[in-house]
Amino acid sequence: MAPRLLDISPMKIIDCPLNGPRNAQEFVCGGEVRQEPSQDAAIDKWADFVFLENNLQGVVHEWWCHVPTSYWFIVTRNTATEEIIATRRPDEFFAGLKQTDGAGSE
Amino acid sequence: MNKRASNRLPEPWGSVIDRDHTISFQFEGKDYRGYAGDTLASALAASGQWLLSRSFKYHRPRAALTFAGLEANSYVQVGDRPNVLADLLPIADGLSAVGQNYLGSLNRDYAIHAGRLARFLPVGFYYRAFFRPQGIWPLWERFFRRAAGLGKINPNADPGYFDKQYLFADVAVIGGGPAGLSAALSAAGAGAGVVLIEEAAMLGGALNYARFQRERSEIQSLRDDLVARVQANDNIRILAGATCTGWFTDNWLAIGRSNRLYKLRAKYVIACTGSVEQTMVFRNNDLPGVLPASGVQRLLRLYAVRPGKQAVVATANAEGYDAALDLLAAGVSVQAVIDINRSVANPQLAERLSAMGVAVHHSCTVSEAIPGAGLRSITGVVVNQLTESGEVTGDGRKIDCDLLVTSVGYAPLGQLVCHCGGEFIYDDDVNSFSVRNCPPDSTLAGSVNHRYALEAVLADGRSAGLDAARALGLDPAAAADAGPDPGAAGINHPYPIFPHRKGKDFVDFDEDQTVADLQNAVADGFAHAELAKRYSTVGMGPSQGRLSSLNALRIVQRYNGGILAGASVTTQRPPFKPVSFGVLAGRSFEPERLTPMHEWHADHGAVFMPAGMWQRAAHYAGAKDQAAAVAEKIAEEVATIRGNVGVIDVSPLGGIEIRGPDAAEFLNRMYTFAYQKQPVARCRYLLMTDDAGGIIDDGVACRLGDEHFYVTTTTTGSDAVFRNMLRRNAEWGLEIDVLNVSSTYAGMNIAGPNSRQLMEQMESDIDFSKDAFPYLAARQGMVNGIPVIAMRVGFVGELGYELHVPWSNALTLWEQLFAAGAGFDIRPVGVEAQRILRLEKGHIIIGQDTDELTMPRDAALDWAVATAKPYFVGKPAIGFSRTRRQSRQLVGFRLLNSNGPLPEESHLVIHDDAIVGRVTSVARSAELGQVIGLAYVAPEQARPGTIFRIKVDKGLEVAAQTVQTPFYDPENLRQAL
Repeated sequence: MAPRLLDISPMKIIDCPLNGPRNAQEFVCGGEVRQEPSQDAAIDKWADFVFLENNLQGVVHEWWCHVPTSYWFIVTRNTATEEIIATRRPDEFFAGLKQTDGAGSE
Repeated sequence: MNKRASNRLPEPWGSVIDRDHTISFQFEGKDYRGYAGDTLASALAASGQWLLSRSFKYHRPRAALTFAGLEANSYVQVGDRPNVLADLLPIADGLSAVGQNYLGSLNRDYAIHAGRLARFLPVGFYYRAFFRPQGIWPLWERFFRRAAGLGKINPNADPGYFDKQYLFADVAVIGGGPAGLSAALSAAGAGAGVVLIEEAAMLGGALNYARFQRERSEIQSLRDDLVARVQANDNIRILAGATCTGWFTDNWLAIGRSNRLYKLRAKYVIACTGSVEQTMVFRNNDLPGVLPASGVQRLLRLYAVRPGKQAVVATANAEGYDAALDLLAAGVSVQAVIDINRSVANPQLAERLSAMGVAVHHSCTVSEAIPGAGLRSITGVVVNQLTESGEVTGDGRKIDCDLLVTSVGYAPLGQLVCHCGGEFIYDDDVNSFSVRNCPPDSTLAGSVNHRYALEAVLADGRSAGLDAARALGLDPAAAADAGPDPGAAGINHPYPIFPHRKGKDFVDFDEDQTVADLQNAVADGFAHAELAKRYSTVGMGPSQGRLSSLNALRIVQRYNGGILAGASVTTQRPPFKPVSFGVLAGRSFEPERLTPMHEWHADHGAVFMPAGMWQRAAHYAGAKDQAAAVAEKIAEEVATIRGNVGVIDVSPLGGIEIRGPDAAEFLNRMYTFAYQKQPVARCRYLLMTDDAGGIIDDGVACRLGDEHFYVTTTTTGSDAVFRNMLRRNAEWGLEIDVLNVSSTYAGMNIAGPNSRQLMEQMESDIDFSKDAFPYLAARQGMVNGIPVIAMRVGFVGELGYELHVPWSNALTLWEQLFAAGAGFDIRPVGVEAQRILRLEKGHIIIGQDTDELTMPRDAALDWAVATAKPYFVGKPAIGFSRTRRQSRQLVGFRLLNSNGPLPEESHLVIHDDAIVGRVTSVARSAELGQVIGLAYVAPEQARPGTIFRIKVDKGLEVAAQTVQTPFYDPENLRQAL
C-alpha cells in the first residue's frame, strides 16, 4: 500500500519509538495493521485486503513511518478523539499479537 | 511644531511616548507629527483626527475604540497592505496611510446616504431581494462588490521577505498583563523555561493604564517592579510586539511578529489573554467621541492624549468611576457620571467624585448621543430615567459634551482557547461568557478567567504558574487555588442595551447591525442564536464578534424567550487576528539535487530538466530556445551512442544494498523475478508490483556475494522503494539489513560500439574483454585507482558498461573517461537522447509507460514474473488477473505517415469509435527513419501489423501500425557484442 497523507492534525506530536516525540508532519501513515490473507486465499478475501479499508471510528492500530529516518512502527490511536494511545516497535507489537493468534504471513 | 497637536497632555502622562523624538508621517495625504512610541491612531488622535475608517454597510464615520487593536474600526491601508490596525501600528518617518471603505474622501463620504436607505436594507435583505429572476444575482453582485469591501489589494506588490522560526518552551504564557507577569514569575521560579508572549511593545497590560480603584502611582510602581523581575529572570524569554494567532493540538502556538511566524511548542500553556471591554447599546453609540473607559485610560496613560474637553461617563461598575477620576486629573471637565445600576456601583468613589463637584446619577442611562457635523463627533448626550426592569422611560434630558465614556463590563478574550476545544458559555454568575474546556496541559488566569480585582488577578497568575510547575513535575507539591474573585459579580452589567425607537442603536459595528436587525432575525424565524448570527451576519465581521457577540446573544435570547445561562456562541476559529499571506507562505523552499558532474555538464552546454528533485542534463545544445538546433544536437547524441561511444550521467538512479543470509529470499518476496539462483557477479532485471499486482518500480539486481545484493531503483522511486522494503521487512522479520546508498554512488553509463575499446584504455584490474565480461555480468574493481561496480546492462541497446562510483570520485573518473576518449570523439549524452535510444529498444519507463493499474502482462513483462515462487508481493492479484480477459496491451507502433501531424503522450487510441488506450511515448527515430512510440491498445489490436487510429490535436486522427519491439536490433545482438 502506498503511504497515505496525514489524516490527523499536522500539529500533533507522535512519540516515535526510535526518535522520540516529533511533529506529526514528519510522519506518514501506512494504513491499518491487517493480517495479509494466505497466498492461496479466495479472490474476495484478497480484494477486501487490497482495496477496502475498515476506516474505523474508534481505536485502531496503524503503520506509521518517520520519514527522515524511514523508521516504521505501530501507532494505536483513537480516530474519534485523535488520542494516541500507544506507539510500539513492530517486533514488540507483533510479539504481543502472536501470543493471541499465532498467525504468520506465508 | 505641528499646529494640530492640541490634544497632548504634559508629562508624566504618556508612558510609552518619547517626546525627544518627533516623527513625521502622512494620513490621507496630510502631514502629521507624533512621537516615537505613538501608534498611528494615537498620533492622529493627538492631532484631533479621530476618524479612521468608514463602516461597511452605511459608511458611517468610525474611530478607534479600545486602542488595543481589537476592533475593525481602526483598519487602515498602509501602502500595499490593507486592514492594518492603526492602534497597533507604530508610526515611523515617511509612513503614509489612508482610511478604508469610503467614496470621495474619508471626511466626506458620498455613500453616507446609504444610511438613509437603512429601512430598505433590512437584515437578510440580500438573500431575499436578489435571487429572482434566476441568474440576476451576478449583476447585483458586481454592483455590491464595488460598494463593499475593505481595503485594496495591489496585485503588483513587491514580494517581501517572510520567514519562520521554531521555538520550544516548558511553559508558554500568552499575555503580559498582571496575571501573565505573575504566572511567568511563579513558573520560572519553579525552574520552568518560560516564553512570555505580549502583543503590545510594552509589558504590563492593564497595569500600564488602569487604577484598580487605587492611586495610579501605587499601580505604576507595582507594574515597574513586576516587569523588572520578569526582565531580570533568566528563565523567561520575552516575545513582545508578538501576537499569538492560533493555538493548536498538543500546545502548538502560532505567533506572528512583523514578518516572522514563530511556531512554539510548549509543554504547558497559561492563557492570560485578558478581556475586551464591551460596548453599551443606545442610539448613535458608534460615533467618534463615544469611547470605552479602557480606551480612554490607554489614551491618557500610554499616549498622553486628552480624548475630549467635556465628558460624560456612563458606567455600571467601579472602572467607570476610575475613568472619571483620570479624566479630572487630565483636566477634562466631567459633566456627569451616569450609573445605570439601581444604586451606585462604588459608593466610596461616588462620594469622592461628588466632593470634586461631579454630579453622580443612578437608575438612569444615556439613551442617545447627539451627532455633530457629518456624524464625525458628538455634541451631547440624552439621559433618561430607567424603570425598575431597566427600560428607558420619561423625557430625556440633554447634557452637552464632546466625549462619552462607557464602562459596562467585559467579555473574556478566550478565542485562542476555543481554537483547540474550548467553548464560550454564558455564565449568570459573572453576567458574561465563561471559557470552558481548556485543552490538556493548559489553564487560564486573570480577567479571561473573570478575576478583576488586583489581588485576585495576581493570585490567579501565581496559582496558574504553580499548576504548570506541578504538571511538569518540577514542583510536585505545588498547590495553590487562588479561588474566585468575590467582586467579579459586580463588573459586568447583565443587559447594557437601550434600544431606541429611531434605531442606529448598533450592536455590531463591523456589520452595522442594530437591535432591530436582531429582532427581525428572530421574527423571521432564525430564533436560535447560531441561526440569528448567520442570518444577520452579526459577529461575522473582521472583529470576529469580540465586541458584539455577547450583546447579540443577550438580545436574541431575550426576544426568542430562551434562557441565557448556558447558551453558547459559534466556535471561534483561527486566526485570532488577521494574518498576512506572506507570513503563512514564508520563504519558498524547493530543494534541488545535483549530480557530482553538474558543473561539468553546465560548462559543456547542458540544458537541464527536472527529474523528481534532480536536475538532469536534457541535452548539450547550449540553449533550449532554438528548436531546430536542439533537435539536431539530440540526434547527434543518439548517433554518438549508436555509432561510437557516449556517456550518460545516471547518478540520480536509486541504489539500495541488501545484505544478510536472507538477502535473496527478501528480493524474491519484494520483486516478481527469481533471485535465489542468480549467480554472483551477474545482473538480473527487477520488477516490483504492489498488492494489486500493479507495476511500481523496476531496476537491476547485481549480486555482489551470496548474501549481498546491490539493487538500482528508478530516480523518482528510490525513497518510496526503500521505505516500502523497510515496511515489509518490519512484518517479515527476515535476517537482512537494507541500506539506501542512492547518495553514496554516482553512476555513468558508457555506451556505444567503441565503449569496450575506451574502457580497455583505462588502468583497471577488470578485464573488459568480451569473454571475461559478457552481457549481464557485473564486476567490482578499480578503474584508474577508483573503486567501481561495473555492470553490462542494455537500456540503450548497445555494448555498454554502467559504472557505479563513490560520489566523491565520480567527477574525477568522468573527466578521465573524457580524456581517454578524446581520440574516439567521445560525447556526453543527455536524457532526451537516452529516451529515444531506449524507445528504439522498446524499453519502458516506469511511471511514463505504466500507471498503477498496469500489470506485468499488460506491459509484456510476464517473462519477468516467476509464478513458481511461493510468495511475492502482488502474486495473488497477478494470478487472479490471468483468469480474466485482458483489457489493454502496451505495444510498439509506428506512424504510417511520418510527415503528418505527430501524436503526443496521452493522445487517445480509438477502436470501433471507443477509447481503448493512449500513447505513452513517442519519438522520431532517425536511425529507423520513422515515428515510433508505445501505446496501450485493445488486445485485438496488439498483433503486429494491425492498423489503429490515434486521435491527435484539433480533432484529427492519424493511422498507426502495431510493431513487434524492439524496433531496433530485434535480435538484441548489439548489446551482447
